[in-house]
Amino acid sequence: MTSRERILSRVKQHQTGVKVEPTEVTPTANCDAVQQFKETLISIGGQVLDINDESEIFPALLKVFPSFENLNTAIPSLGNAFEADPHSFASLQVAVIRGEFGVAENGAVWLTDKGMGDRVVPFICENLVLILPASAIVPTMHHAYDRIDRADYHFGTFIAGPSKTADIEQSLVLGAHGAKTMTVLIIK
Amino acid sequence: MSNNVHTGGDHAARAERFNRDEARVDWHDKTLWFVREKRDRAARALPEWENLREAASQIKNDVLANLHEYLLQFERNALLNGISVHWAETPAEHNKIVKDIISAQGVSRIVKSKSMLTEECGLNEFLASNGIDVVDTDLGERIVQLAGEAPSHIVLPCIHWKKEEIGELFHQHLGTPKGNADPILLTEAAREHLREKFLSSKVAITGVNFAVADTGEFVVCTNEGNADLGVQLADIHIACMGIEKIIPKRKDLAIFLRLLARSATGQPITTYSSHFRKPRRDQQVHIILVDNGRSERLASNDFRNALKCIRCAACFNTCPVYRRSGGHSYHTAIAGPIGSILAPGLDMKKFADLPFASTLCGSCTNVCPVKINIHEQLYTWRQLLTTKGFATSTKATGMKAMAAVLGSTSKYNRAGKLFRWLMRVAPFLINNKLNPWYKQREMPKPPAESFKEWYKRTRSK
Repeated sequence: MTSRERILSRVKQHQTGVKVEPTEVTPTANCDAVQQFKETLISIGGQVLDINDESEIFPALLKVFPSFENLNTAIPSLGNAFEADPHSFASLQVAVIRGEFGVAENGAVWLTDKGMGDRVVPFICENLVLILPASAIVPTMHHAYDRIDRADYHFGTFIAGPSKTADIEQSLVLGAHGAKTMTVLIIK
Repeated sequence: MSNNVHTGGDHAARAERFNRDEARVDWHDKTLWFVREKRDRAARALPEWENLREAASQIKNDVLANLHEYLLQFERNALLNGISVHWAETPAEHNKIVKDIISAQGVSRIVKSKSMLTEECGLNEFLASNGIDVVDTDLGERIVQLAGEAPSHIVLPCIHWKKEEIGELFHQHLGTPKGNADPILLTEAAREHLREKFLSSKVAITGVNFAVADTGEFVVCTNEGNADLGVQLADIHIACMGIEKIIPKRKDLAIFLRLLARSATGQPITTYSSHFRKPRRDQQVHIILVDNGRSERLASNDFRNALKCIRCAACFNTCPVYRRSGGHSYHTAIAGPIGSILAPGLDMKKFADLPFASTLCGSCTNVCPVKINIHEQLYTWRQLLTTKGFATSTKATGMKAMAAVLGSTSKYNRAGKLFRWLMRVAPFLINNKLNPWYKQREMPKPPAESFKEWYKRTRSK
């Protein structure tokens, strides 16, 4: 008998087999999801910029990063994977990625490997910019997973603000190993 | 890696040493209570908090009741996703699987993000003895690793370290300026130091917060981004988990992700909640399912519930004993209340002291996001350990004596009279080192008469 077989056999023998129908959760949804998203994101160290449409993306980027054109940047477009070795992004200063949707209760943005170019991009960059339509902000994680549903992503992640740590005597420091800053551009 | 409080002994001995520095204990206590308060604020902000706890508890009950089916479902779907699935009955088996995967790559330096399961298995020590250098990339874990210690808290590994001490440690190991204790500068130094490790590591080990049966994916939550950075730069991702970390459906993540960070640190969610489903095109992903006594515990009506744990450490932060004795007093990978009901299951003799390191106040049960009846299990363990002869002899004799006195009205009356008389005429016979209740406390003033005597005198007509 293999370890697998022994483990499974013990589990089968010892489990009670009782069927439990878990209770439903009724989430309280804040009526203004966009406002709650913005407030929460700011409270966790993120930044928010409102823009009217796609044409304002680049001017907004220049506002946040005045020397944007001289920085090491990556702007993956949806569905296209970067060919490069992930290590080549080591000095990436700004990554601009389209988020799929945002979650108001925690300021998180859901993105999948489809939009990242390379999976390392959102984590290795020094500054992360995510673009979201205001209409794609949902109230809670329950709404989020309803929206994700059975999607066939290979890798997905919720990113809520810049990376952080409070390991040094509980002092919150923004910028641990991931991005030091996180900005969300919300398209009206 | 040493599990300190300046070495050995049981919880009481270690806690006694920890308490010699009263100012430090006060600081440790306050710091952890502060984390508890953050959790409270986050919980109270959600009107449906108790609803969430109940739902999470029931989902976990369902998982444990039907674990066999859920494990098979997870394995099937993970394999379909291209993830290699391994099974390990013991820590030794787990460690060997990890070592073999690493050795096949011919590498000797790897990175690891936080995984209590790997602590439970003693993975770092095992790999080190096999010539493989493991760099713990969570900042708190890296700090204790550089210091040669074990983590003292499962979420806040170096909560027992002051920033001046971290500054000195970094000065020695990372070359930061002497005397600098600025958290921002120290974190930046750690970022640079660890980035070099991420970039040069071909293998990344992570833990698993949740493994989803219906989609064969697993979720890893961090604030630092160390798990993700390590994995995305590596050729091999090894994920280590206990078999109880399964949840049935992807949508169940809504409930658990809403509860986890709020319970742990008071944040609405960790910065990163990464869902690993299918490997990168150029990468292998291995997941190791570890038993180590979990399948046995499943049979126990008394202790099964402990397997619901999602490792948030809310119970640590609220526990007055943990706050005032520190994680190293528990001499085990997972300390605190949950650790005290898990460890004796692994080794009753070695961890017999832990269920007694409690006031049974029940605060742990009250804050547990998945409603584990921790304080009840602590009590049940005490009974079991005592009947099996693992309680300390003083306790066992003391309980026998108390039972004899309390079980007989005449003995009880005589004992009370004697005690009151002794406290009046020769208090030094009771107020001395042999009396455990006299340590750090004044004994109460003996009353002139017992309640019974007073009642007889004033009430009988």
